[in-house]
Amino acid sequence: MCGVVGIAAIKDRVVPERERLSRMVSAIRHRGPDDEGYFVAPGIGLGHARLSIIDVAGGKQPIHNEDKSIWICYNGEVFNYIELREDLVKRGHSFYTSTDTEVIVHLYEEFGLDFVHKLNGQFAIALWDSNRQRLVLVRDRVGILPLYYANDGDNLVFSSEAKGLLASGYVKAELDPASLDDLLTFWCPVAPKTIFKGVQQVRPGEMVVLESGALTTRQYWDWEYPDDNEFLRGEPQSLAEELESLLGDATRIRLRADVPVGAYLSGGLDSSSLVALIQKQELSDLRTFSIAFESKAHDESGYQSELSSHLNTQHSSIRCSQDDIADKFINSVWHGESPILRTAPVPMNLLSGLVRQNDFKVVLTGEGADEVLGGYDIFKEAKVREFWARNADSSWRPMLLQRLYPYLDFSGQRNQAYLRKFFGDGFDTVDQLTFAHQPRWNMTSQIKMFYSDDFKASVVQDAPARFEAAANASWPAWKRFNRWEYVEAKTILPGYILSSQGDRMLMANSVEGRFPYLDHRVIEFARKLPPKLKMRGMCEKYLLKRAMQDSLPESITRRTKQPYRAPNAEALAAASGFDEMAELLSPTNVANAGYFDPDKVTMLLNKAKRTKTLGERDNMAFVGILSTQAWHRLFVEGRNERHRIAS
Amino acid sequence: MASELQTQVRAFILENYLFTDDESALGPDESLLDRGIVDSTGMLEIIMFIEDELGVQVADEEMIPENLDSVNRIAAFVSRKK
Repeated sequence: MCGVVGIAAIKDRVVPERERLSRMVSAIRHRGPDDEGYFVAPGIGLGHARLSIIDVAGGKQPIHNEDKSIWICYNGEVFNYIELREDLVKRGHSFYTSTDTEVIVHLYEEFGLDFVHKLNGQFAIALWDSNRQRLVLVRDRVGILPLYYANDGDNLVFSSEAKGLLASGYVKAELDPASLDDLLTFWCPVAPKTIFKGVQQVRPGEMVVLESGALTTRQYWDWEYPDDNEFLRGEPQSLAEELESLLGDATRIRLRADVPVGAYLSGGLDSSSLVALIQKQELSDLRTFSIAFESKAHDESGYQSELSSHLNTQHSSIRCSQDDIADKFINSVWHGESPILRTAPVPMNLLSGLVRQNDFKVVLTGEGADEVLGGYDIFKEAKVREFWARNADSSWRPMLLQRLYPYLDFSGQRNQAYLRKFFGDGFDTVDQLTFAHQPRWNMTSQIKMFYSDDFKASVVQDAPARFEAAANASWPAWKRFNRWEYVEAKTILPGYILSSQGDRMLMANSVEGRFPYLDHRVIEFARKLPPKLKMRGMCEKYLLKRAMQDSLPESITRRTKQPYRAPNAEALAAASGFDEMAELLSPTNVANAGYFDPDKVTMLLNKAKRTKTLGERDNMAFVGILSTQAWHRLFVEGRNERHRIAS
Repeated sequence: MASELQTQVRAFILENYLFTDDESALGPDESLLDRGIVDSTGMLEIIMFIEDELGVQVADEEMIPENLDSVNRIAAFVSRKK
C-alpha cells in the first residue's frame, strides 16, 4: 500500500510549493517507506509515498499516460489489472510500466469517470486530467483505504491520513464536536465527517471531482439490498458452491504480487476459510500470523495451532500481554488518528509488526465476512428481540437471549424486569432501520454523561437521527435483516473495523492488508442471498460454513463464534507503564482539553484502579476518554515527536 | 411417506443439533428432550425456525412438549396451525 497527498488550486492556476508537498509526504511516510515521488504543474501538486509491491523496480509514482496529460497518485491495488490491461492494449493503449497504477490512467482515458466501475480492488486515487483541469479523488467501494480532504476556498488539500493535511499548513487540528458525538454513539464518525474539524473523508464508494472551481461528489457504488422478488432462489448447496467459487477467485486475484504474500489466521471461521482457499491455489510454504493473548478469556492460540497444522502453514504468533497493550496504546491512537472505545486495535498494531519483522509486506485477512455473510452477534440479538417482539408479553421468548449471553439470569421477577428493560425496549421500532443497533447506541451514548458542561452545550446530540436522514432512501423496501447489515456496513465497518483496527494498524508497520470477503462480486452475490441462508435460526454465516465444511475441521465449522476482543480498561489500569497515561486523565489535562468533566473522569479513573472488572459501559468510557485525551495531546497540542520518529 | 413439512423440520434439527444429514440419526417420533437433542433454549430456536421459515406463530401456551417434542409432533402442530 502507499500514501497519497496533494494540493489543488481552486480559483486560479497557482503552482503549489514542492516543499509543502514534501512535508505532507514526510508526515505519512510510514505508509510508503520504499520511495517518494512528485508531480507539480499550474493548479496541481501530487505527492506519493510508495510501498513497492507490483513492478517493484518500475512502478514509481506519479504515473502518466502516453502524452503526459493525465497523472495519477494512488494508494491500493487493482487486483484485476492483468485482465484490464489486456483489454486496454487491444484498444491501442501503450504502457511504460507493468503496474496496476498505469492501468487506471488508461482506463480513465477510455471510459472517463466511469473507469471506476471496472476496478476490482481497494484504492484511494488522486487523478489529474490537465486537458480538463480536473482533479478526481476516488475511494474504493467499502472504504478499505482512507482519503481525507479539506477545502479553505483557495486550495483543496488531500491526503491518505489527516497527518498529511496538518503538515500542509492549511489545516489546524481541532476536534469536531459532532464527530465526537458520532463516535460516542456509533464507535466512529460517519463519513464524510472525521474527528478533525474542517476535514472530510471521501465516502466509501464516492468520487469527488474538482473542475472549474466547483467541487462535486458522486456515489458510484453503495450497499443496497433486493426487494422480495429479487433474492436468489437456488438450492442451498448450489448457492454454497457458487459462494465458494466466488471466494476462491477473490482470493486468487488477491495473491497477485511481486513480493511474498502471507495471511492472518485468528482461529475463527473467516480466516480459517480464507487460508483453506489460499491453499487451494497450491502455494508452497504459506506463512500465517496470529496474536495470542496472555489472558485466557481472549486467547485463541489452541485453535490457531490446530488450524495451522491442518492447513499446513508455517505459523508465527505474537503473545500480547496487558503491558504490551498499555505500551502501544498511544502509538495506536497516533496511527489511528481517532479516539477508540476498545483496545482491540492495539494488538493488531503488534500483529502487523510481527508480519513486518518476518519481511512480509502483504497479508490476506478474513475481515468483512461478518458484515457480508451474516456473522455478527448484533444480528442475532436483533433476531431474538424481533422474535420476542411478536409476543412482547411472553415469558419464554426472551430466554432465547441465553443462547447469545449464557450468563444472563432469568430467575426472579427483578431480573426479568431488568432484561425486559434492556433488550425489550423499542419493540415498537422493529420495522425501523436502526432497530438492531439502538440498544448498542443507547449504551455507548451513556459515555456522554462525562461531557463537560461547556462541551455539552456545543454539541447537538442527534447522531441517530442524522444517520437515518442520510441513509439510502430505499431501505423501507428491504428485509429487516438487510437493514441491520446496512447500518453495520455504513458505520462500524469503514469507520472502525477497516480503519482504526484495519488500514491504520497495518500501515503503522507498512503492511498491506487484502480482504477477499470484501471483493465487490462477493458482496453483490451475498446481498441477493435470502437472509435465512446467512443466519439460519441462530447459526451465523450458515452458507459460508456449508461452503467450507469439507475443507475445515468440524471443530472450526461447529465452533461458536468468539468475537475478537482484547483486554480493556483493567489491562491498561494494571499495566506497569500506566502512570504516564494516567497523567492524560489528570484534572488539569482533562480541563485544558475541555471535552470531559474532570471530576467525573477522576472518579472513573479511581474506579478502574480499584476494580478488577469494569462493566461494559465504564470500560468503553475509560478507553474512549483516555484515547480522546491522547488524541488531543498528539494532534491538537502537537506533542507527538516520539511517534513521528517511530513511524 | 414423510410430508414436506416433516422433511423440512427433520433437516433443520439434524443439521443444527445433530450435525449430520443422516436421516437415520433421528426417528420421527423420538423425543428431542429425552434424547438430550435440545434444551429449553434449543426449543426456542426451533420455535424461531417454525415462525421464520414455516410461517406459523407459536403462542406461549402452545410451547409444550405435546406440540414440539418430536419431528412428527412439530409437523402435526404446524399443519394444524396453517
